[in-house]
Amino acid sequence: MMPATSTTGAISSPIQTLLDPPRLVTRRPLLQTDGLLKRYGRVTAVQDVELRVYPGEMVGIVGESGSGKSTVLRLLNLQELPDEGSLILDLPGYAETNLFALDRFQRRMIQCQHIGIVYQNPYLGLRMQTSSSGNIAERLIMAGERTFQTMRQVARESLDASEFPLERMDDAPWQLSGGMQQRVQLARAIALRPLVLLLDEPTTGLDVSVQALVLDTLKHLQHELQPATVLVSHDLGVIRTLTDRALVMRHGRVVEHGLTDQILDDPQHPYTQQLVHARLS
Amino acid sequence: MRRRLLKAVALPGYQVPYASRELPIARGWGTGGLQVTLSLVGPCDCIKVIDQGADDSVNAANLRRFIARMTGVETTTDALQATLIQSRHRIPEERLREGQILVLQVPSPEPLLPVQPDLAKAREMHADADYALMWLSLYEQLVQYGTFTTGAEYPVLVHGRYLMSPSPIPRWDTPMLHQAAHVTLLAAGREKRLYAVPPYTDVYPLEFEDVHFRVESQQGRVCYQTGARHKLMNELPQPDGQVRYQLSDSGYATKLWQHQQGDTVTIGATYYDDAGNFYHRGYLKPDTDPA
Repeated sequence: MMPATSTTGAISSPIQTLLDPPRLVTRRPLLQTDGLLKRYGRVTAVQDVELRVYPGEMVGIVGESGSGKSTVLRLLNLQELPDEGSLILDLPGYAETNLFALDRFQRRMIQCQHIGIVYQNPYLGLRMQTSSSGNIAERLIMAGERTFQTMRQVARESLDASEFPLERMDDAPWQLSGGMQQRVQLARAIALRPLVLLLDEPTTGLDVSVQALVLDTLKHLQHELQPATVLVSHDLGVIRTLTDRALVMRHGRVVEHGLTDQILDDPQHPYTQQLVHARLS
Repeated sequence: MRRRLLKAVALPGYQVPYASRELPIARGWGTGGLQVTLSLVGPCDCIKVIDQGADDSVNAANLRRFIARMTGVETTTDALQATLIQSRHRIPEERLREGQILVLQVPSPEPLLPVQPDLAKAREMHADADYALMWLSLYEQLVQYGTFTTGAEYPVLVHGRYLMSPSPIPRWDTPMLHQAAHVTLLAAGREKRLYAVPPYTDVYPLEFEDVHFRVESQQGRVCYQTGARHKLMNELPQPDGQVRYQLSDSGYATKLWQHQQGDTVTIGATYYDDAGNFYHRGYLKPDTDPA
């Protein structure tokens, strides 16, 4: 695009020739969901959720408890199926496929190879009795790796990338502190270099200094690996620090979405205004 | 029962449920194996019963006498003469041939039980061929102990599909199931499951590409009765603190001894030769050291 600026014939529309079209226009979204609907008995947990996440982008989901944030994340992780709706990931061979329509086996392969998740509660994401490096090796085993030294090497690398002290890599997670457990979860999530990273309140329950360290690690990894990330949090500080765009959810619906700064500084929806102003400062 | 056995042979390594009946012996004493033996035995059969390699232990002697009394078939201690061999914990050292049937008594048919206590989930894992947890437990053994610590009942993959517990045979016997000429039937009475390894079927132990499965080393062990080497030995502690070794397979030991006394006995080819090499060359890979 840049050489176009030197040609004289393009003067009539200088702005169009000077600027690259924005990435959001040229690139396909990596993750694309439409019309998500999930009911648990009489409760409608999620309704009409539409989401686009581009490679390298981090999208935040905010909302009160019970607003359906975590349900959306579980659906994106393919661990539950919605009643309606579709999920499309821009993967080779699956670019037009609704992943919810695949069989259990295929879903598990995609989940294992392309999606990494970090839960708020490490007990959901880790095997507490298995060594930390083993928790990472499990992902490799599921993807078909059968060489012991490779597993050790990858475990070491991804634990190192999530800034975990390597001398404790063979300790079981139940022996570790909360912050370290989150780092093991993160290392497990990024071991196979996933295209999609899902973070479910990764820093809730950690003290402020450890929280800052984990956030720092997350930011660093996001920059390095460039996954499409969805971050669920009710902590607006975390959302502001990390995310590019944000969605506000209430009663299972998206009430407002836009750039993070715009949402937090100039909230339009009454609920968002309430949420932003309810923050202690 | 026979129909279930046919199904088991048709799906190598798959655990087929069957109606395990009450028997005049207690569960845990070989009721699964006994039911298979009794359902297969015919008037021309010749039976051998093994318990921990021995033909003369209480369990083996009682089962042999019971089968003979119920069916009137001949019994033997010679693995080559027998057409039907019921065994607990061992496979004979001499190679079995086509047409012979080996029945193994199984105390715990589910190989995934140590890693997945929920049997319904374990069955789902079999259906998905999802054995990641088993591999993970091997990884953990290497990380913690630097070697595979599973002694007997080492998990094997049958015909590239189902993970199977080969009954608590020692690791020494596990390779004998691979591409064997005989058929192996395995039955658990209490758990009401039976499964099979048909003749000439691939049976591979789980092993990493750089850390291999090993059998128990019998290096330097010599049978004090027969002078045999490179067979599975029983360790006999002596009052003076020394140890002596004795062939675990007593039928084979008896024949070797008779041969040395000048009797005419036929001694068959064994799975491991006198230098300790397994008869399928390249099946047991050379040792490597995990770092």
